[in-house]
Amino acid sequence: MILVALPAHLRALAGVTGDVELEVEGPVTRHSILDALEARYPMLHGTIRDHVARERRPLLRFFACGEDVTHEPADAPLPQAIASGEEPFYIIGAIAGG
Amino acid sequence: MSNVRVLVGTRKGAFILTSDGKRQKWDVSGPHFAGWEIYHLKGSAADPNRIYASQTSGWFGQIIQRSDDGGKTWFQPGTPAGTPVTTPEGMPMGESNKFVYDTSAETGKPLTTHQFYDGTPHPWEFKRVWHLEPSLDNRETVYAGVEDAALFRSNNGGQTWEELPGLRGHGTGSQWQPGAGGMCLHSIILDPRNRGRIFVAISAAGAFRSDDAGATWKPINQGLHSQYIPDPTAEVGHCVHHIAMHPAKSDVLFMQKHWDVMRSNDAGESWHEVSGNLPTDFGFVIDVHAHEPETIYVVPIKSDSEHYPPDGQLRVYRSRTGGNEWEALTNGLPQSNCYVNVLRDAMAVDSLDSCGVYFGTTGGQVYASPDGGDTWAAIVRDLPPVLSVEVQTLK
Repeated sequence: MILVALPAHLRALAGVTGDVELEVEGPVTRHSILDALEARYPMLHGTIRDHVARERRPLLRFFACGEDVTHEPADAPLPQAIASGEEPFYIIGAIAGG
Repeated sequence: MSNVRVLVGTRKGAFILTSDGKRQKWDVSGPHFAGWEIYHLKGSAADPNRIYASQTSGWFGQIIQRSDDGGKTWFQPGTPAGTPVTTPEGMPMGESNKFVYDTSAETGKPLTTHQFYDGTPHPWEFKRVWHLEPSLDNRETVYAGVEDAALFRSNNGGQTWEELPGLRGHGTGSQWQPGAGGMCLHSIILDPRNRGRIFVAISAAGAFRSDDAGATWKPINQGLHSQYIPDPTAEVGHCVHHIAMHPAKSDVLFMQKHWDVMRSNDAGESWHEVSGNLPTDFGFVIDVHAHEPETIYVVPIKSDSEHYPPDGQLRVYRSRTGGNEWEALTNGLPQSNCYVNVLRDAMAVDSLDSCGVYFGTTGGQVYASPDGGDTWAAIVRDLPPVLSVEVQTLK
């Protein structure tokens, strides 16, 4: 079971409180986590990745085990602590005021 | 007795204000979609309990919300074609938030760039929905004006959206430039007397008209004069802030331009200035009395760099002559130390016998006048900055 920590706006949109629990098949990567997240919560389509290009929206960042993995390849394996659910995968809105 | 429902979009959520026909006591519900920018909400004339809302965020993108019970509950209407409305867990799908520009060869002119602020070519990038305009007679059809400027339409209650590409592709699209607020299509008017006719306005491109339900378009900017562009009388490039029309006199249009209040008597074929004795003719909103097609309202703002009322006095100006002759309406409005703005979609009227006029400010007040502007009162005063105000008169 993977844990994903969403920003407050997206928790409200998805109708969840706290971290999201997901089953991810195959290697645990940013790509596979986001695929599973969007499949479980379709209303998040387009809010993290562009609808068409599937690229990260510019003001979002990703953290795993205290490391910024925003600019790592989307298919790069994430740390074991993420894959085991020991640590949550963080999706964070960039600090940009307001 | 009739009731009135005021739909307010703000920087941090939506609010719904309701009152009976006296319009003295108001109930406030909200915030709906707390923390999100709500650029616009509008109810369907065909089914007043059908309300569409544009929920948006620079971080998380565009969300379309819909209510079928007058704003009590909301949901995202979208779903991929041919699939269930919701996931097996009951979750709505995400297609309703998908606005993809039409770049197909079939449109004839698949545009890829417009001009940036500095005149260089810039790719078309979808940012948000500024304005939602439900069809006059079909609750499932709704138009969306978006940034970067384009017009979309949904024929299935907001579940999916398709661009009307004839607007961007009619020939001048590559010359359009953004205004200070972005390159937004912010005004959509559906002509009730000529069902194929649609007017839109874009900052900073100008006004456009379709006579064939959005298939083809033409610029309608003759007579506009904008000193801030290289050719002040160019076919496009004018920063139109808002346009308004009375449904019973739909050949007459009124426009609040960046500077200048303008009027057209021929469905936009030509415009002439009607700023008259206004203290300043810069501003954003303009609207028309529900029962008097020649009575119009504006809120003069000091200048393009000082976005607040002149002399710190919040004054609505009313013309009963369709322009040129204006009177200040001040009763109940702050007349000192007031430095709020009133944004382009933040004024509306109800259609009760004594026409109500409403506007919202960047200071979070929503003012209402139950008597056509003679007297005003704040019906709520500490909301987040108001982006839009729409009014529904409920029988």
